[in-house]
Amino acid sequence: MFRKPNPSSGVPIYVQLKEQIRHAIETGALVPGDQLPGIRSLAETLIINPNTVIKVYRDLEQEGVLEIRHGLGAFIASRRRRRSKTEELRDAQRQVREFLEALKQQGLDEGEIRRLFEAELAEEFQRR
Amino acid sequence: MAAIIETHELKKDYGKHQAVRGLNLSVQAGSVCAFLGQNGAGKSSTIKMLLGMVHPTSGAGRVFGHNIDNEKESLLIRQRVAFVAEDKRLYDYMTVEQIVRFTRSFFPHWNHDLEHRLLDQFELPPDRKVRQLSKGMRTKLALLLGFARGCELLILDEPTEGLDPVAIEDVLQIVVSLAAQGTTVFFSSHQIAEVEQVADHVLMIDRGKLVLDAPMDQVKEQYRQILAVFPEPVEARDFHLPGIETVRTEGRTVSLVASHNVDSIVEHVRMLRAGSIDVVPLSLKEIFLGKVRARP
Repeated sequence: MFRKPNPSSGVPIYVQLKEQIRHAIETGALVPGDQLPGIRSLAETLIINPNTVIKVYRDLEQEGVLEIRHGLGAFIASRRRRRSKTEELRDAQRQVREFLEALKQQGLDEGEIRRLFEAELAEEFQRR
Repeated sequence: MAAIIETHELKKDYGKHQAVRGLNLSVQAGSVCAFLGQNGAGKSSTIKMLLGMVHPTSGAGRVFGHNIDNEKESLLIRQRVAFVAEDKRLYDYMTVEQIVRFTRSFFPHWNHDLEHRLLDQFELPPDRKVRQLSKGMRTKLALLLGFARGCELLILDEPTEGLDPVAIEDVLQIVVSLAAQGTTVFFSSHQIAEVEQVADHVLMIDRGKLVLDAPMDQVKEQYRQILAVFPEPVEARDFHLPGIETVRTEGRTVSLVASHNVDSIVEHVRMLRAGSIDVVPLSLKEIFLGKVRARP
């Protein structure tokens, strides 16, 4: 399914592999729900470092292109979930902005808002 | 990630010749780390020190946390390392089958499946005496004995030297496969294209000193060649900026190799009124040549 990356091209191998997977999805060679080869098997087929395959799968999962189901493998995500990171962040940014606006309307000042946020963040991420 | 190999200011002198001149290495668990350098750059001396085959002149090193310059600890290191030497030294009077059986008896984690697969794949004749094997077959046999040991760390010195392209591909595939199963691989090679394909970390050594130590992807992403043409002839001293590794000028054209800071360098070149500026990626081979030729 995938071509061997060209190691001497100057483009990192993980970038080449990512492009190949994206291209396969765009052309319909891979459709939502399709399973990608396992890390070891793909590394062996393409003769590339297994950590490179891991990096590619992880990056594409972050971007919503793949879904990693633990113990099962990597699958092409459904289109609905495939929203780019930029879009997601832009969305989140808008929500934060609206929320801040609402707090200001209630009469809170900058210092109060900042402290509330910091306290919540500290608690949220310490608990994890 | 933990460091499997670590050295601190490691030095080796042979008489007046300084083979290794203060090496600070760190190889992470699970990585495939390439060790590049010209002949005589100090690669084999370094490997021999790591394995307790020669004593360091000064400095320190640890493999799996054991001191490389302590005889008892060195033994512990060698139990956990498979080493395939450059000269592929083997017992000449044994047959292929005998040497495999002999070697196997020392290693409790011997990988029988891999042994069978490789005997078959490498087409090694079991009854032939080692003495009568061709150079390529000797290399394959030495690699088989190293690969099948089931060790946590595999150190290979010029593993593919003298092999045909098919066998090289087989060897690289095994390296990848062992790495996927958690083996750390540290290998020296002159075949830069192979290294580029399978390694995730690259170390370059030149005249006993480390000149590059970086993840492969980072090297590929950050190193760029910048080619510019100017209206007037330019001189090398116009190009002293952080990130510029080498400068070559020829009349009105200049070729720069940058290891980082590419945007500012391009900006600088533009300020010098360059007519055309091209920024192109570099292969590891070009980076290597730049490093070992740039003699400060």
